[in-house]
Amino acid sequence: MDNLSETWVYLSATPLFHLTLTLAAFQVANWAFEKTGRNPLLNPVLGAVLLIVAVLLLTGTDYGTYFEGAQFVHFLLGPATVALAVPLYRHWHHVRRSAMAIVVSLISGSLTAILSAIAITWVLGGSGKVLASVAPKSVTAPVAMAIAEELGGLPSLTAVLVIITGIFGAMFGPAVLNMVGVKDWRARGLAIGTASHGIGTARALQVNETAGAFAGLAMGLNALATALLLPIIWNVLSTFFEF
Amino acid sequence: MLPFLTLILVCQLAGELVVGALALPIPGPVVGMLLLFVILMIRGDVPAQLEQTASGLLRSMSLLFVPAGTGVILHFQLLGEALLPVGVALIISTLATIVVTALLMHWLGKKTSDG
Repeated sequence: MDNLSETWVYLSATPLFHLTLTLAAFQVANWAFEKTGRNPLLNPVLGAVLLIVAVLLLTGTDYGTYFEGAQFVHFLLGPATVALAVPLYRHWHHVRRSAMAIVVSLISGSLTAILSAIAITWVLGGSGKVLASVAPKSVTAPVAMAIAEELGGLPSLTAVLVIITGIFGAMFGPAVLNMVGVKDWRARGLAIGTASHGIGTARALQVNETAGAFAGLAMGLNALATALLLPIIWNVLSTFFEF
Repeated sequence: MLPFLTLILVCQLAGELVVGALALPIPGPVVGMLLLFVILMIRGDVPAQLEQTASGLLRSMSLLFVPAGTGVILHFQLLGEALLPVGVALIISTLATIVVTALLMHWLGKKTSDG
């Protein structure tokens, strides 16, 4: 028994344990998702995060220790983003034909994301720090964190808000798109990618490859649009309002 | 598989270098995606093995967000304090963004939807 607990102490301190925990939690969450016919409420990212948070709280593990193992999974986000070039290339003929529509829709969506997030948080009494952390929430995490920092927000809070936004959009985006009657895979992908970056893109890729290609494109373009527009909007707004 | 995983990493690395050197406001992997896209355009097709490697990565893309999402554990207190403004803003803003983008693309893209 002593041996077992010693082994446990050793294992729980190695990256292997938390890497395995990450994959296992995702398998369980994804199994539940598939088993229920992809019930959006059982979003696998959300499920896995909740399971892991529960384990970390129960075992009194801090996030830094967890991340030593989980970083190997986290690292693959970069290569996966590069790999989005493949579906984009495959659907380039669609993209080229509707380039103007894409640009107009994307910039409008980007402005909607920025302005509505700032306006609602401000009206409901969020502090300046919180405002600056919420404003870039629809953009892929590394860009959002850099923008938040520039505006005086908290990058690590922004990272979490970005993930929550992604999960929420992936959960409820398809239902909302059905409600407003948009069936076109290009429009559905573009909308999910603009609002919910990579997590929305991952979800779109599971459903339809055209939607996935447009979502990946929207994620990249919205990162660029928000990085350029948000600092300007922030400067203009802060001359009129006290944040 | 390995040559194309290498190609993907080379694109990412080159993307990081370009972003660093030019102080661009976008992440290295997004520039890496553009580089790989340009390579595919020049080549004119997707090698079968690259297709396999890419789809392997993309199929499990959801999983890759789990470690960052678990970071929520660091901000329970702050999120609790700002739950109302942040919660309402995230919900309404995300849905509004989806609706605005989708409807505009739906209307403007109609002319080009043949095929």
